[in-house]
Amino acid sequence: MTLDLLPPGQSARIVAVDWDSLVDEEARRLRALGLDDGARVTVSHRGVFGGRDPIALSVGRMKVAVRRAHAAAMEVEPL
Amino acid sequence: MSRQRKIALIGNPNAGKSALFNALTGARQKIANYPGVTVERKSGRMVLPSGEPVEMTDLPGSYSLDPTSPDEAVTAKVIRGEFVGESAPDALIVVLDASNLEQHLVFAQEVIALGKPTVVALNMVDLAERDGLVLDPQALEQALGVKVVPTVAVRRRGLAELAEAVAQAELRDPPSRINTLSMVERRVAAHAMADATIVSESKRHRLHSRLDKLLLHPWMGPLILFALLFVVFQAVFAWATPFVDILEGAVGVLGEGVIEAVPPSLGRDLLTEGVLAGVGSVVVFLPQIVILFFFILAMEASGYMARAAFLMDRMMAGVGLSGRSFIPLLSSFACAIPGIMATRSIADSRDRLTTILIAPLMTCSARLPVYAVIIAAFIPQRTVGWGVGLQGLVLFALYVAGILGAMIVALVLRRSLTKGAASGFIMEMPKYQMPNLKDLLIGLWQRAWIFLRRAGTIIFMVTVVLWLFLSFPRAGEGESQVDVSIAGRLASGLAVVVEPIGFNRDMALALIPAMAAREVAVSSLATTYAVAASDDDEEAQAMALGDQLKARWTLPMALAFLAWFVFAPQCMSTIAVTRRETNGWKWPAFMLAYLFGLAYIAAGATFWIATAAGL
Repeated sequence: MTLDLLPPGQSARIVAVDWDSLVDEEARRLRALGLDDGARVTVSHRGVFGGRDPIALSVGRMKVAVRRAHAAAMEVEPL
Repeated sequence: MSRQRKIALIGNPNAGKSALFNALTGARQKIANYPGVTVERKSGRMVLPSGEPVEMTDLPGSYSLDPTSPDEAVTAKVIRGEFVGESAPDALIVVLDASNLEQHLVFAQEVIALGKPTVVALNMVDLAERDGLVLDPQALEQALGVKVVPTVAVRRRGLAELAEAVAQAELRDPPSRINTLSMVERRVAAHAMADATIVSESKRHRLHSRLDKLLLHPWMGPLILFALLFVVFQAVFAWATPFVDILEGAVGVLGEGVIEAVPPSLGRDLLTEGVLAGVGSVVVFLPQIVILFFFILAMEASGYMARAAFLMDRMMAGVGLSGRSFIPLLSSFACAIPGIMATRSIADSRDRLTTILIAPLMTCSARLPVYAVIIAAFIPQRTVGWGVGLQGLVLFALYVAGILGAMIVALVLRRSLTKGAASGFIMEMPKYQMPNLKDLLIGLWQRAWIFLRRAGTIIFMVTVVLWLFLSFPRAGEGESQVDVSIAGRLASGLAVVVEPIGFNRDMALALIPAMAAREVAVSSLATTYAVAASDDDEEAQAMALGDQLKARWTLPMALAFLAWFVFAPQCMSTIAVTRRETNGWKWPAFMLAYLFGLAYIAAGATFWIATAAGL
């Protein structure tokens, strides 16, 4: 399952990231924010007015907003 | 020691670095740009316990020394001493958010590994305590190998200890431990260090997750944001009025004082008609700008601005931008200049350029006087139902026209000139906190000062030049000064160009001085029509101007004039700021061309459609 499909509130661990599908700078920025192999994430909020973009993720004690395309590059394993 | 030593603050964004900087240096700060780039350089003075004064700089917040934005590139270069024209800092204070250790320790390790004299400020320990965290700074000190000082910048807690530690770090040898860990290894180490530092952690339901449930709610969130924006705009226009009146009164009194004190001469005319009328008409917008920035700074300091960007991201994505563009565009409703400067926070260069190019389409406060005069003169004061006034509706339509224009231009630009991979939106959303009044006031003072300095330099010069153009060559007996002047001759030439869109020569003449600032168009029209009312009674003058306009312009002409001002780039300062922020004349030239083109088409279409409709 990829992170964009994870139901809100459900915790998961990132098991693989398809970095090549992302722009280099954005890939580095995501990694710097701790979104990398092994990180534990939760989808806390998603979209406005019924849309599915953007997504607010909880990573550790931090909250990070990303687009659905970024989340789709991350393979997760629900915990 | 011949040279003043330098200490730099460094840390992740949202670590409370700016608050710590304010607390350590006070309000006397120097804000400039790093040479050659548009990244803000903030510096101030701090006195060490020994009495030695040192220069403190606040480096842009970074996640890594492997930069992904212009801001991070500056931090990485300065700290390594590789930035041309900027000497490397002698010592570093790494600022950590105490409640976000696991994340912030990754960057901290990277900085400490450089081997410079370093002290760690374990900042915002009060918020960590509020979150139920009990921390052991000694454990962190052992793990990192450098002195760790717990601080609460906004309450001035731990500042003396921090200064003491910095002074000692200077005397000590830099940590000899050579750190060659990879990012992944650092993250594992950060996790272990955070675990060792956190003594206990209660699972208290945190305030901000509850706030987020409401403020980021898919339906309630946007509604709350729009309600908040409505209040902000009401405040900008309603609260500012008394202050604007006071400032206008003061400018008027000053003008009268000059007229009384100085005998009639060209020099006096320059002072009253040029300097006071020109600079004065811009300075009166200071209250609106201060009020808007009060809200913007409060939204930023409280952590809400990142939520607003999150809520607006979907809409901005529709035209190829991201939520990050929302803050600069919001600022542009007061004035495009602070708006364009705020685009510095946008990491993607094409995103940033697009935002700069559309910022002047947000209806800035300088257009209001023009809109107000024309609407009052030509739009009947009646309601169109549900208590909605026709005049207010027209004003609202002009704002909407600007926003729609901006969205369409962004859409087109992102598919042509600023084409590139769809820009993403990756943004840390900081914890909510109560804004600190002192930090807000320092921020407001800095914004106000930038605005006033601009009024005193660029606008002052442009106004004087325009006055010279309007005053020379001198008119002879029985000639009109306006007709004879350089500006008058330019207007006659310009009139040929704007005739097809319904403008007459008087309108063309008003456009020339309005290049300095849009609102000058009003006073310029007033002068041209030689209104008989006394100069000190502005209301009578405005009324009389309205009557004059009604007698000389048709409704289609007036509507075309309004449409022109929605798009026309009639503001030299915006062009000057764009040149500075894009490092060249290419983009400001493009901005001028496309905005004048749009203004010409919009005014022409309005004129001919209105004429065909028999208005």
